[in-house]
Amino acid sequence: MSSTLVKVCKVHDIPVNLGVGALVKGEQVALFHLPTGEIYALGNFDPFSEANVLSRGLVGDLQGQKVVASPIYKHHFNLQTGECLEDAGVKIPAYAVVVQGDEVYLAV
Amino acid sequence: MRIVMIGHGMVGQRFLETLAARAGDMVHVTVIAEEARPAYDRVQLSAFFNGKTAEDLSVTPHDFFDATGYQLKLNTRATGIDLAAKTVSTATGEVVPFDKLVLATGSYPFVPPVPGNDREGCLVYRTIEDLEAIRDAAAKSKVGVVVGGGLLGLEAAKALKDLGLQTHVVEFAPRLMAVQIDDGGGRLLRRKIEALGVGVHTERNTKEIVDGETCRHAMNFADGKVLETDMILFSAGIRPRDELAKSSGLMVGPRGGIAIDNVCRTSHEDVYAIGECALWDNKIYGLVAPGYSMADVACNHLLNGHHKEFLGADMSTKLKLMGVDVASIGDAHGSTPGSLTYVYVDDRAEIYKKLVVSSDGKKVLGAVLVGDVESYGDLLQLKLNDMELPDKPEVLILPAMEGSPRKAFGPDALPMSAVICSCNNVTKGDICSAIDGGVKDLPGLKASTKLATSCGGCSALAGSVLKCELEKRGVEVKKDLCEHFAFSRQELFHLIKVEGIRSFDELVSKHGKGLGCDICKPTAGSIFASLWNEHILKKPLAGLQDTNDYFLANMQKDGTYSIVPRIPGGEITPDGLITIGAIAKKYNLYTKITGGQRIDLFGARMEQLPVIWKELVDAGFESGHAYGKSVRTVKSCVGSTWCRYGVGDSVGYAIDIENRYRGLRSPHKLKFAVSGCTRECAEAQSKDVGIIATEKGWNLYVCGNGGMKPRHAELLASDLDRETLIKYVDRFLMFYIRTADRLQRTSVWRDNMEGGLEYLKAVIIDDSLGIGEELEKQMQYLVDTFECEWKAAINDPETLKRFKPFVNSDETDSNVVFVDERGQIRPATGAEKKGRIAVAEV
Ligand code: SRM
Ligand SMILES: Cc1cc2nc3c(=O)[nH]c(=O)nc-3n(C[C@H](O)[C@H](O)[C@H](O)COP(=O)(O)OP(=O)(O)OC[C@H]3O[C@@H](n4cnc5c(N)ncnc54)[C@H](O)[C@@H]3O)c2cc1C
Ligand code: SF4
Ligand code: FES
Repeated sequence: MSSTLVKVCKVHDIPVNLGVGALVKGEQVALFHLPTGEIYALGNFDPFSEANVLSRGLVGDLQGQKVVASPIYKHHFNLQTGECLEDAGVKIPAYAVVVQGDEVYLAV
Repeated sequence: MRIVMIGHGMVGQRFLETLAARAGDMVHVTVIAEEARPAYDRVQLSAFFNGKTAEDLSVTPHDFFDATGYQLKLNTRATGIDLAAKTVSTATGEVVPFDKLVLATGSYPFVPPVPGNDREGCLVYRTIEDLEAIRDAAAKSKVGVVVGGGLLGLEAAKALKDLGLQTHVVEFAPRLMAVQIDDGGGRLLRRKIEALGVGVHTERNTKEIVDGETCRHAMNFADGKVLETDMILFSAGIRPRDELAKSSGLMVGPRGGIAIDNVCRTSHEDVYAIGECALWDNKIYGLVAPGYSMADVACNHLLNGHHKEFLGADMSTKLKLMGVDVASIGDAHGSTPGSLTYVYVDDRAEIYKKLVVSSDGKKVLGAVLVGDVESYGDLLQLKLNDMELPDKPEVLILPAMEGSPRKAFGPDALPMSAVICSCNNVTKGDICSAIDGGVKDLPGLKASTKLATSCGGCSALAGSVLKCELEKRGVEVKKDLCEHFAFSRQELFHLIKVEGIRSFDELVSKHGKGLGCDICKPTAGSIFASLWNEHILKKPLAGLQDTNDYFLANMQKDGTYSIVPRIPGGEITPDGLITIGAIAKKYNLYTKITGGQRIDLFGARMEQLPVIWKELVDAGFESGHAYGKSVRTVKSCVGSTWCRYGVGDSVGYAIDIENRYRGLRSPHKLKFAVSGCTRECAEAQSKDVGIIATEKGWNLYVCGNGGMKPRHAELLASDLDRETLIKYVDRFLMFYIRTADRLQRTSVWRDNMEGGLEYLKAVIIDDSLGIGEELEKQMQYLVDTFECEWKAAINDPETLKRFKPFVNSDETDSNVVFVDERGQIRPATGAEKKGRIAVAEV
């Protein structure tokens, strides 16, 4: 499957340490801005609560992995791979992020 | 060797455990037990009414009999002992032979031979079945009487009171707890029991029980007085169960009890008696600790172990009723020849303390403490260890003078032989060897030594011994918040305060590592709020907030939010109701009255929150902080304004209090209530802070909890004026905020507090740490800097941006779908979403 780069928003639209939601080609995506300057993107859908809420979770690191904690049942997802730390079988989409100048692009 | 034991109570089980540890399966054991279940904790029996089940109360490990191969015959009463043939016969027709026999038959409650004592609803308080019967009878009763004002009688009265009955205690003697305390203490105790709402009738001799007029029974007393009641609990003392021993020819005492010697042997050399059925030196011990010692001695002798003797036991007691502190140690009546007595009485604070010392003033002989039992632990240790007293023994019961240290001595001063837990005979030496064996905390000590697992009265002292010994060994007690901070919440609070830290970045770079997580970030956010009170959505702080705090609303299962405007004290005008109703209607929100006396509006989408809140704020409503770990509600009853019984304006006071503490951030949520009189319609005693009006002012209760593990609040101070009460609440809350762990409600914080309620009282009321003023100042700062979070949020365009579901689109979340139920919306289920059945228009 080929993916294309889609322009989503500006870097400063995503406050540091927080996430925002975005609608990219019909998919709900959650973007996160770490204090290190990195930006990550995961699917916004939390498979445990079946709600689009991950952009509203807290980011941080656990055992060396950068993660977001779902605000509903507090599962942690790896920001790079989308893997769930508590439930090894569960994985949500992780999107590649490209930052050019001030613009944030997603590979979808 | 064949060992037969009759009776399987607490002492019997202790004997079996000792036996199993020393003889394993080398012995063949049969236990004949009359009750339907293996041994359970009779000492904690009353906890049955607080929701503990029979299983919770069990003291028999569930695999004990499987693991040991010992045989337990439940529901089987022993009916005869043949000493010549060495057999025991049972009601089921069995004949069991023995080489050694152990009698652990306990005792039964004495029911005075009063005509009518067998009427319906006349019960005793000894077994789980008794408690079930009491609960059933109470469900059909309004009034309950306990006959007997001793330790057990008062415990039973408290239980009846908690079951919602109008309760009375009838006592034959001129005072309550006649055995343990003296007249002076008895008078005060009476006042306190009456303040709990229990009627006390001393010097009453029940003549007969007959049909009542307003209640099921009438108790006619010898002095002509009458008391009407629906049920009666007899708690007039215990009698040893010595009937088998007597009929088989074993020696019993003139007033009952199976006579034993110093190794717990009866008049037959192969028969032992232990626990409450045994009579040693003409004494029956109605407590579990001496029974445990007997179990140990008997087991030892039976197995030909090294020489151990039972030489009597300490009968000191501390009443385990809430709100009433009473303790008695040793020779409480000063009946030792030549003994000297000191008495301290403070009628205002309702404190009575008496200390009995030896004629040379060097040793403690006994004590009575009512109203303030803080010195119980110290005095008991001084007595049990025969330690020498300071020059002026009176300082042990006098209130501490300002500036001087309160404690007479610390845990370090205790000798290794000091018994810390008398129920389980655990000494300071035992604790030390457990620590040397690798134990690091109280749960570990409980598991390895049984310390503090019975009455629990020793846990505070045990905790301080543990801490002292760990510190001496240089062991660090680990309380790390998470992998990013090697500090407890309390330590972080201190660092942030002292160094004036205001951002998470600064905190991590100075004291932590990594990026933080969903544990340390909200914790830091909460501490910043408790200290500096800046708006929680201000830029660097916003990223620390849990989603509920971040959106100033509670996220629901489908990602929508609920909205809870503050309704102080639960008072709301018709116009206020109409406004809320109109807004709910306009935005099609589901409405419900909450358990906290206010209105919850559900189903708001993230992007709707600011507009809805703008309308609420414009109409004069404020954030209810239902989303925060913060002050929630101050529940009220209608109070003296309308209610015919009210003695205080509970609504007005609740509103004032809610307005004072609204929005206060804390380690966990805080709930308050104010009741207008002792009927307690606001359920204040289940709150973190509960206030009840009295004729003379307000009683202040603290550390109650509903929820998962309910806990009754405890009385911190009585009959306060409003100003003093606010001062105490300021201090209490700030002290909690400073010292509690993350997500620790006041109830759990209090349960973990070394020194317990007495310590808390000392800090709050006597200002023993000298921080009272500082705590008040900090609270006043927070009160003065309060602003409604929603009001600030809707006026800040930067903050408002965050409520958009998508940065790059104005669409809304298509996965949020509602259906109709009982005329309102509710989230659609997964199946409904797939089929899109009957979806409501939103
Ligand atoms: C709305 C309400 C139920 C209702 O419809 O009546 C409610 C709803 C929730 N309660 Fe509650 N509790 C509500 C009154 C209570 C009460 C009754 C009371 O306050 O008098 C209790 C027992 C009293 C107590 O706390 O001591 C109560 C004990 C809990 C607990 C258990 C706390 C504990 O210490 O054991 C939790 C879980 C927790 O906090 O960890 C909880 C947690 C929750 C949460 C926050 C669960 C969650 O994380 O989603 C619920 C979300 C509320 C929302 O979305 O608005 N709720 N909850 C009540 C709101 C009252 C209000 O006006 O603010
Ligand atoms: C409500 C309550 C609160 C208490 N609070 C405290 C406290 O705070 N501190 C404290 O130290 N003590 C307290 N006690 C007392 C403590 O519970 C007793 O000291 C302890 O249970 C005695 O243990 P035991 O094994 O000797 O007797 P029990 O626990 O009475 O056990 C004896 C068992 O033997 C059985 N039995 C008797 N005869 C026969 C027979 N012929 N055949 C078969 N089985 C038989 C009985 O059914 C019973 O199960 C309290 C007691 C009660 C009821
Ligand atoms: S607590 Fe008292 S004042 Fe309040 S409603 Fe109940 S009876 Fe009336
Ligand atoms: S003294 Fe009763 S449990 Fe320790």
